Amino acid sequence: MTRKTTEKTYAEINARIKAGKAVVVTAEEMVTIVREEGAEAAAQRIDVVTTGTFAPMCSSGAFLNFRQSVPTIKASQVWFNKVPAYGGLAAVDAYLGATEPCEDDPLNKVYPGEFKYGGGHVIEDLLKGKTILLEAKAYGTDCYAARKMKREVTLADLPHALLCNPRNGYQNYNCAVNLSDKVVYTYMGMLKPHCRNATYCSAGELSPLLNDPLYRTIGIGTRIFLGGGIGYVTWHGTQHNPGAPRGDNGVPRRPAGTLMVQGDLHQMQAAWLKGLSILGYGCSLAVGLGIPIPMLNAEIAAATGVSDEDIYTQVVDYGNDYTNNIARTYGEVSYAELKSGAIVVNGVTVSTAPLSSVVKAREIAEILKDWIGQGRFLLHEPAQLLPGPQ
Amino acid sequence: MYTRIYYFRFPKDTSDQPVIYHVIKKHDVEVNILRADILPQREGVMILELRGTKVNVKHALSYLEGLGVSIERLATRVRRDDERCFQCGACTGVCPVASLSIRREDMRVLFDPDKCTGCGQCVLICPVRAMEMSLGREWFDPEGSRTPSISR
Ligand code: SF4
Ligand code: SF4
Repeated sequence: MTRKTTEKTYAEINARIKAGKAVVVTAEEMVTIVREEGAEAAAQRIDVVTTGTFAPMCSSGAFLNFRQSVPTIKASQVWFNKVPAYGGLAAVDAYLGATEPCEDDPLNKVYPGEFKYGGGHVIEDLLKGKTILLEAKAYGTDCYAARKMKREVTLADLPHALLCNPRNGYQNYNCAVNLSDKVVYTYMGMLKPHCRNATYCSAGELSPLLNDPLYRTIGIGTRIFLGGGIGYVTWHGTQHNPGAPRGDNGVPRRPAGTLMVQGDLHQMQAAWLKGLSILGYGCSLAVGLGIPIPMLNAEIAAATGVSDEDIYTQVVDYGNDYTNNIARTYGEVSYAELKSGAIVVNGVTVSTAPLSSVVKAREIAEILKDWIGQGRFLLHEPAQLLPGPQ
Repeated sequence: MYTRIYYFRFPKDTSDQPVIYHVIKKHDVEVNILRADILPQREGVMILELRGTKVNVKHALSYLEGLGVSIERLATRVRRDDERCFQCGACTGVCPVASLSIRREDMRVLFDPDKCTGCGQCVLICPVRAMEMSLGREWFDPEGSRTPSISR
C-alpha cells in the first residue's frame, strides 16, 4: 500500500504565491480544516497558515539614529520627550527602551503609579508623525566638540529607525492570580486579593509559536508582520526555553520559546505599536506580530490545527510566589477555559480577563493572509531554526 | 451601595466648620474629594463623591442643605475612544456591572454605556487610557489630571 505524503518546499510555495494560486488560511480557520480533512489532506490543500498576536511585550525598543548637528556631538546621554535612551553607542545612535519612563515620572511614589508616558509612547508618537523633543549631552572631544544639543524631530527626520525587540511573542504565558490578602498591581494587571480574579496573556490558537511548537519553520530570517510593516525574526529571544515541559502535541504547558524581532520603524503604523501605561507597574509597548507558517508537510499542518482546548498553561500566584521566585503552580487550565470567562482554582470559580487582544490578533492574521494572497509577501526560509527541545 | 457625585457651593460662613467630618462621622457616608477650592472666609466649591446607603446619603445632603450649601448632582458619563481601544479585555476584569464585557464567540470587548455606573475603575486599568470620564457636560483628559476638573 502506498500513501502519498505531502512534501513541499519554500520555493514551491513562493511560486504559488507569485502565481496568485496559494491557498492561505488563518490559524483559527485551520482548526476546523485539520479536524475535518485531516492533517495530510490539509497539508496538501493549504499552502500557508497565518498567525497573529497583539499584546504588551515589554522587551521591546528601537535603535534611533539622528542626524548630526554643528558642531558635531558624541551624544552620551540622550532623551526623547524627556524619556532617557541609552547613548553608549556611536555618536548619534541611541536605543530607546519601551519600558523606560519619562524622567520626571513619580513612578510608584504615588501608589499605584500611572506611568503616563514612556519609551513605548515615544515610539507610538513617532509613528503618528508627532514632533519629539530630542536632547543630548556629551563630554566633548576634538572630533565631536558639542556638549549639548536640543532639537525637535519627527520620524521623517531620523535617517535610521529600527524596531529591535529582544524578546517578543512568548510561546505561552502564565495565568496570574493573587493569593495574598492585598491588591497587587503587576505586569499581569490588577489582581484582587484572595484569588478573586485571574488574568492571562496569549492569543492561544492564533499565537505564532503555539502553531509551530517545535520550531520546524520559524527561525532566523523568517519574514513576519511586525507593527504593521514587514520585519524579520533575527534570533531566538532572550529567555528562550525550549526545554519547558510539553504536552503530547508538543505544545509547552508553561512559558517556553521567545523571538527576537527587528524591522524598519519607517514602515510601521501606530495602530500596531501602542504605548502602554500599566497601573502600578510601568510603561510598555503593545506589539502587533504575525508569522506565516508554510505547510511543508502533514506534521506542520497538524501543529497549526491546534485549538484552545489543546493549549494549557499554569496558574501562578503573583501575590507572593512570583516576586519571591517560588516556582509553584495552582493548577493547569486550557485557553478554552480561560476564554470562557471563568476557571476553577483550588475548587473555587474565578473570573478571567485577557490582556492580549484576540480581535487584533485575528486582524493581523487576516492582513498577513491578504498580503500573501495578493502576492505582496513571500515566505523566507530561515537560515537557521530556533533551538528546539533536546 | 449608592454612589453619587455632587457639586457643592459652600457659603463663606461654613468654610471654617468641620462639615465633611460631620458628613462622615454622623451620617456614615464615605467621601471622596474629587476637587476642592476652599479659602477661609470665602465661598468654597467642592466636588465630592458620596458613597453609602441611599438613606444615609440623603440625610447627609439635607444636613448640607440646612447649612445653606447649594447642591448640584453631576452625572458621570463614561465613553470609550474606539480608536485607542485595542480590544485587549483588561477592563472587563474590573468593571463591576459588566458594562464592559466580552462577546465570547469572537472575544470582542463590548462597552454598553447604559449599564455603566460611572465608577471609574476602568479608567486607569485600561493601558491605553481609552476610557474617558466626564462630569456633567465636560470631558476631562484621562492623560491629564487624576482628579476631574469641571472648570477647564
Ligand atoms: S466606569 Fe465603572 S461601570 Fe462604567 S464601564 Fe468603567 S468600570 Fe464599568
Ligand atoms: S482595557 Fe482599554 S484597550 Fe483594553 S479592551 Fe478595555 S478599553 Fe479597550
